[in-house]
Amino acid sequence: MEQVGDISNTEKSNNKAVVEISNLKKSFGNQEVLKNVSLQLFNGENLVVLGKSGSGKSVLIKCIVRLLNPDEGIISVLGEDVSSLKRDGLSELRKKIGFLFQSGALYDSMTVKENLEFPLRRIKKNMPQKEMDEKIAEVLENVGLSDALYKMPSQLSGGMRKRISLARTIIVDPQIMLYDEPTTGLDPVTSDEISMLINQVQKKYKTSSIIITHDIECARATANRLVMLHEGEVYKDGKIEDYEKSDDPFIKSFFKD
Amino acid sequence: MRSINPVKVIPNIRNATIKLSEKTIEKTDEFHLFLIEVANFFLFLSRTVKEMFSRNFEFKEFLRQCHQIGYKSLPLISITGAIMGLVLTIQSRPVLLDFGAVTLLPGMVAISLIREIGPVITALICAGKIGSGMGAELGSMRVTEQIDAMEVSSTNPMRFLVVTRVLAATLMIPLLVLYADALGILGSWAGANIKGDVSFILFTSQAFSVFELIDFLPAVVKTFFFGAVIGLVGCYKGYTAGRGTESVGIAANSAVVLASLLVIIVDMIAVQITDMLV
Repeated sequence: MEQVGDISNTEKSNNKAVVEISNLKKSFGNQEVLKNVSLQLFNGENLVVLGKSGSGKSVLIKCIVRLLNPDEGIISVLGEDVSSLKRDGLSELRKKIGFLFQSGALYDSMTVKENLEFPLRRIKKNMPQKEMDEKIAEVLENVGLSDALYKMPSQLSGGMRKRISLARTIIVDPQIMLYDEPTTGLDPVTSDEISMLINQVQKKYKTSSIIITHDIECARATANRLVMLHEGEVYKDGKIEDYEKSDDPFIKSFFKD
Repeated sequence: MRSINPVKVIPNIRNATIKLSEKTIEKTDEFHLFLIEVANFFLFLSRTVKEMFSRNFEFKEFLRQCHQIGYKSLPLISITGAIMGLVLTIQSRPVLLDFGAVTLLPGMVAISLIREIGPVITALICAGKIGSGMGAELGSMRVTEQIDAMEVSSTNPMRFLVVTRVLAATLMIPLLVLYADALGILGSWAGANIKGDVSFILFTSQAFSVFELIDFLPAVVKTFFFGAVIGLVGCYKGYTAGRGTESVGIAANSAVVLASLLVIIVDMIAVQITDMLV
């Protein structure tokens, strides 16, 4: 299996933070999900955010694209304060971010081809049809599903749906990728394939990514750096080797062999 | 005289008071939630109207919805319309025969169908088919994060999903009503010929001889409001569905119930306005 993404590129970069989150707080009613989260995503790296179910991981990345509005805190993406953007500005920023949803979120009423054309028509408005078809063929080949062009989402397996969703996300050449539990519900073999694809996307498209997961194998395969969330706060931030050497009981409960 | 034991009476009064207070709080909370729901619906309506007039109208999706709502409903509306006319004729004929007024049958059926029965029955059928379909489809999209995916890919989901459906319903339902009315008159002619013998040309000329603009225009105008209500309610219930799969069923069911109720209320208002104008 392909190892962790290209660390040397990260080291060579100027370590510019493309996402900066400061003192993020988010509650739903009386339930405080994120209490005080601060972290940074550096240019070109895969940052894995690990934590128990319900620790606020998905809420965190949804706040980054403003699908949810934080109660407090500042989120800066590519130098822009997300919460202060008006609708047009937010729309422009979102064109630079790819979001892979946990369920894939393929549009049920459209074929694979139409699903892939959908963001392309809106973000790359003047692209000729021939160029669009070539781009679609390229991303489908990248995810290993060139034959799926005219299939409906209901005809695809879980792993295939996840790959097509990934294809739909990378087709617009995003600078930042957000993965929400990319391997949840998949068998170990397919999970490994998705992890490999995440690393390939990092290499080929030079993306900076935040990967939300509780799957240790996916974290091991993809992380340049790992942030652990616990009870709504950052518990630890470091390289995966630091976690594996740690004697902390909570960390050990995740990294038991 | 039987004496009252205060030791037993006072706790009973206290318990009754507590139960009454709890019921009052419960009903107040329900009413509070109802008011919030009404406010949310009007907020949704205002957002929909605002998006209708913004740039980048989703014309292709609007045409697709017109096809989905209009063309795909034709078989159901055909059967409903024909049966409406047939049943109304069969039920009315004996009564008119008793009064020696059977020649009035075509006109009476045509006016009933076009003014009231056609629009309302057709709208109620559409509330069930189209309203529940919209509620289920958008509810399912909400649950599976498709609406979120649209938003993140710089597409305005209100404009793409809601505006197109509401406009398509507003335009297609009046056409479906006219179609149902036409088939209703055809069904009525068939009904008239079960025990009689009247040509189609004679039947239709008798039917439309009693017609005036005041019979036709208000009936057509109110169908636009029926369509708007069905589209808005179906989209509102689906778009604001909760996150669990149970929410999809709730969205579909409540869309039908609320849309049907609002169709009846809009009809009542329309009839009152028409009555004032005549």
